[in-house]
Amino acid sequence: MAGLAVSTTINGDSVEYLCQPDETLLDVLRDRLGLTGAKEGCGTGDCGACSIILDGRLVCSCLVLGAEAEGRRVETIEGMADGDVLHPLQQKFIEHAALQCGICTPGFLIAAKDLLARNPDPTEEEIRFGLAGNLCRCTGYDKIVRAVQDAASVMRAA
Amino acid sequence: MYSLNYHRASSVADAVKLQKKGEDAKFVSGGMTLIPAMKSRLAAPSDLVDLAHIAEMKGIKVSGKTVTIGGGTTHAEVATDAKLKAVCPALSYLASHIGDPHVRHKGTIGGSIANNDPAADYPAAMLALGATIITNKREIAADKFFTGLFETALKDGEIVTGVSFTAPAQAAYEKFRNPASRYAIVGVFVAKGKDGVRVAVTGAGDEGVFRAKGMEAALTKSFVPASLDGLAIPASGLMSDMHASAEYRSSLITVMAKRAVAKASA
Amino acid sequence: MGIEGIGARVARKEDRRFITGAGRYVDDMVVPGMKHAAFVRSPHAHAEIKKIDVKKAKAMPGVIDVLLGKELKTDGIGNLICGWMIHSKDGTPMKMGAWSPLAVDRVRYVGDAVAIVVAETKSQARDAAEAVEITYKELKSVTEAVDALKKGAPQIHPEADGNLIYDWEIGDAKATDAAIAKAAHVTKMHIVNNRLVPNAMEPRAALGHYDKAEDHYTCWTTSQNPHVARLVMSAFYNVAPENKLRVIAPDVGGGFGSKIYIYPEEIVCLWASKKTGVPVKWVADRTESFLTDAHGRDHVTEVQMAFDKDNKITALKVDTIANFGAYMSLFSSAVPTYLYATLLSGQYVIPAIHANVRAVYTNTAPVDAYRGAGRPEATYLLERTVETAARELGVSPADLRRKNFITTFPYQTPVIMCYDAGDYAASLDAAMKAADYAGFAKRKAAAAKKGKLRGIGMSNYIEACGIAPSAAVGSLGAGVGLWESAEVRVNGVGTIEVLTGSHSHGQGHETTFAQLVADRFGVPIDSVSIVHGDTDKVQMGMGTYGSRSGAVGMSAIVKALDKVEKKAKKIAAHLMEADEGDIVIENGVAKVAGTDKNVPWFQVALAAYTAHNLPAGMEPGLKEGAFYDPSNFTFPAGCYICEVEVDPETGVTEIVQFVAADDFGNIINPMIVEGQVHGGIAQGVGQALLEGASYDGASGQLVTASYMDYAMPRADDLPSFQVSTSNTPCPSNPLGIKGCGEAGAIGSPPAVMNAITDAIGNNDLTMPATPQKVWAAVRAAKKH
Repeated sequence: MAGLAVSTTINGDSVEYLCQPDETLLDVLRDRLGLTGAKEGCGTGDCGACSIILDGRLVCSCLVLGAEAEGRRVETIEGMADGDVLHPLQQKFIEHAALQCGICTPGFLIAAKDLLARNPDPTEEEIRFGLAGNLCRCTGYDKIVRAVQDAASVMRAA
Repeated sequence: MYSLNYHRASSVADAVKLQKKGEDAKFVSGGMTLIPAMKSRLAAPSDLVDLAHIAEMKGIKVSGKTVTIGGGTTHAEVATDAKLKAVCPALSYLASHIGDPHVRHKGTIGGSIANNDPAADYPAAMLALGATIITNKREIAADKFFTGLFETALKDGEIVTGVSFTAPAQAAYEKFRNPASRYAIVGVFVAKGKDGVRVAVTGAGDEGVFRAKGMEAALTKSFVPASLDGLAIPASGLMSDMHASAEYRSSLITVMAKRAVAKASA
Repeated sequence: MGIEGIGARVARKEDRRFITGAGRYVDDMVVPGMKHAAFVRSPHAHAEIKKIDVKKAKAMPGVIDVLLGKELKTDGIGNLICGWMIHSKDGTPMKMGAWSPLAVDRVRYVGDAVAIVVAETKSQARDAAEAVEITYKELKSVTEAVDALKKGAPQIHPEADGNLIYDWEIGDAKATDAAIAKAAHVTKMHIVNNRLVPNAMEPRAALGHYDKAEDHYTCWTTSQNPHVARLVMSAFYNVAPENKLRVIAPDVGGGFGSKIYIYPEEIVCLWASKKTGVPVKWVADRTESFLTDAHGRDHVTEVQMAFDKDNKITALKVDTIANFGAYMSLFSSAVPTYLYATLLSGQYVIPAIHANVRAVYTNTAPVDAYRGAGRPEATYLLERTVETAARELGVSPADLRRKNFITTFPYQTPVIMCYDAGDYAASLDAAMKAADYAGFAKRKAAAAKKGKLRGIGMSNYIEACGIAPSAAVGSLGAGVGLWESAEVRVNGVGTIEVLTGSHSHGQGHETTFAQLVADRFGVPIDSVSIVHGDTDKVQMGMGTYGSRSGAVGMSAIVKALDKVEKKAKKIAAHLMEADEGDIVIENGVAKVAGTDKNVPWFQVALAAYTAHNLPAGMEPGLKEGAFYDPSNFTFPAGCYICEVEVDPETGVTEIVQFVAADDFGNIINPMIVEGQVHGGIAQGVGQALLEGASYDGASGQLVTASYMDYAMPRADDLPSFQVSTSNTPCPSNPLGIKGCGEAGAIGSPPAVMNAITDAIGNNDLTMPATPQKVWAAVRAAKKH
């Protein structure tokens, strides 16, 4: 099968790819474009490991078809740092040791970025509620919450 | 997922045309239910007709007390729309507690209503608000729309293009969520309008969303939580599963209804 | 300690790759020519395989081959084994049934692998897997261990009569019964420890690659112990001899025990790669993970705890039935025996203990070690029972515990363990202070005004980590030794590589292990690299589980560092014409003590490799290896206090406060240790409030096989945790480390359950304490 030709923007770059209509955007990113930062933790949209931002909105890329990205803007973990300069969330995740095995981390960072874009000064409760679509089995979330709070204050001051 | 064809519809008319052409074509709006079902091979449409880019199905209009929401409006948009929040914060709250942020950014009100999952939140709101479901062919009263588990009055080729309702004087939604899926185990939407109080219950009925008429009568008399003392929906018509027995659901309906009344009155 | 040495809160070195999405997990690996596998799995809990027809599947687009168990047998691939021999009390060895990597004539649980399909794409492999036609004859199945022991229960393996794998005991039955007979009070409990699905967020995966030219196999796998995987696949499964098999466990996305075991899939992928001539990759989807990852816990226990008139515990009698699932997984037999019953003394002086354990086959997923492994089950029954006894005796739970604490060390329990150090009262005091235990009554009254039931509960756990010494575990039936290896390689420019047999899958070894080196030589941790997870790079190791990497893995590194330091000092002394005994190495410099004479570390290293000017007779190079075999277990212990508010109308429990006071011995990186405790508590709270694997008794189907039905703790389900440590160094290892990986999961479930039952005034409550169960228990309490 020839597949569908899709033109999209990924992390600011124009990208064109061919994909099958039954391929998810997650599979396209990982298998066709080599962007393996988004992970498949469940494939059913329940764990958030595949989080990306699509046209400014946080979604699970495992529930988006590759074809749906036509003409849209995709942001992935690979585009979060500005070259070697880490995003404040990335920096604070390191400082607070807000990750352990790392498999869910790209998803959390993307989800947290979206959260802070909508609510720059969230309470702990709002952070916990806002990150409830992402599962982490290692950290118990405590240090993730701390890191997001800290990053939020840095970003507000910037 | 089985192989399929994907089409992006540019208008409602285009969507209908595309759907007709397919052998077993399905509309997809946000895909938050359909795509997982397809991935787990429980659904295998020949074609998907994507409604997400139809401009005429998007947006929220508030004119006085009249609210119209396009079928393609996402839960997140419903949750955060300032005009809607001003006239019907109960619906904003409901939308803000559907699933998780990822679902709210992609799932749509039209998709949710058309799917009529017995544990979905919107059907309770539509019933309690006495909303009108607008399709590409007609307008259907919510009371006539939800016909059973995953069953609606929609016919083949019919699309929920929007909903409209008159914002009630007082309303609230209280949800007791499934700890795993975060769907409603019991969700109660209470609305006090000019024609009295309407109470709709989702997540619990073994035939899907329903109105609690006894509670409506009691609350129409006096819109206070205590009006529901001793009133319960019998367990016999309620769902029972590993997360909640019918008896537990029955108890939760009264508790959630009282809390909704208290919240609506606050 | 220095800013990067032992005890420093050093940011994790490994994190940069993870936070930029550059981590490399098995599913991220691509090998040229790689194809994709899907497994055909049994939809039945118990059935005979009558016929398998692969014709249709083989003709599907993209299909390279469909392979069956019969072919696997023909090629001499062996059955899976359990590596720890347990003997029943009558002296007979455990009854291990055959577990073929691909079932041949019978399937024994839903998810049992029957065939592998290799195809061009994942999707094609799955399509073809659906097209494999298997004729089954369904048999009666059983999912509960208690039922499997009953007369007339379906016989699951011919080797294990009545499904009984072993009937094992420990302790003194006579003395225990006698003490119970003359007790002033006996507390009796029926304890159920719910079955859990480990749920590492990275699903299991395997990539098998047979290189025909080299006649060599490589397996990338999601393993906590790649060397053990290689050993077992070579020695028992005949996949390939060790010298022709390389096992790589790259970044691994969490394990919690479930990735210790060698599963059918990695064996079959390696074998299939040779059969098909292409590299074969398999990645579990989440449903497969739920169905086939080894589950945890699943004990049913009757317990009696006897007290004298002074409320001193005089005896403990335990009778446990442990569900092993359909096959004996690699470590399964040790979990409800040596990892469980040997901890039944808890933190208490208990003169007489007897435990009987029956291990039972059922038609469910295999059950094995999951975070804590046996120790959570022991702690749960002890701490629920002690708390219950306090309520029955009308004394404070803290006082009853304190009265019975072990206070002198070493302390020999009646169940093998000899505790070497601890201060249980210190942890109890710290936790009670942090929790403002004294102020609870006020908070309870305030909650009552809001219509909430407030309760408080504690749990004083002890666990054993760093299982060892090897000779001792060997005598208890272990098939392997439980030492660890390390190699420290100083390069010519002074940078250092540490090769370890431990495996990091979230524990932060790349940081803590480097801190040891930084501490020793005063070099920056950036100049230290930790190499692990590859059998071609690290010669041998036992992997990471049982909180052993600190106590055992790091001790091996210390031994190797000792040797490197010794040689480096000799070289430095020679270079500076000083006495070896006067050399100190610090801040990256070797100095002659009391003088200003020094040589930078890199020059010592360079001298070792140029070998132009070494002491007479010294070999060039600066590289040393060591194996460390501990002389004893380590015994972390602590006190956890949980405070809850229950909504009596809905049964919802909110944890309003959670305090952990642990004694982990010395700590290398407090920030990492806190994270381990947080994560452990989250899993323990998950067990207590949310999680439970549930099989439908009639069909044997796993009804909690997705995140829609299996409730995982999410960010808004959990509180912040107040954690602290008060440490008594472990005397048996050079660093004084006890281990911290499992404590949270061990200590927290009883604290939560004690708090809820305290709140609602009804002790009849099982885990998970879901809102529905709590609501029912509240109503039942009202009726009384």
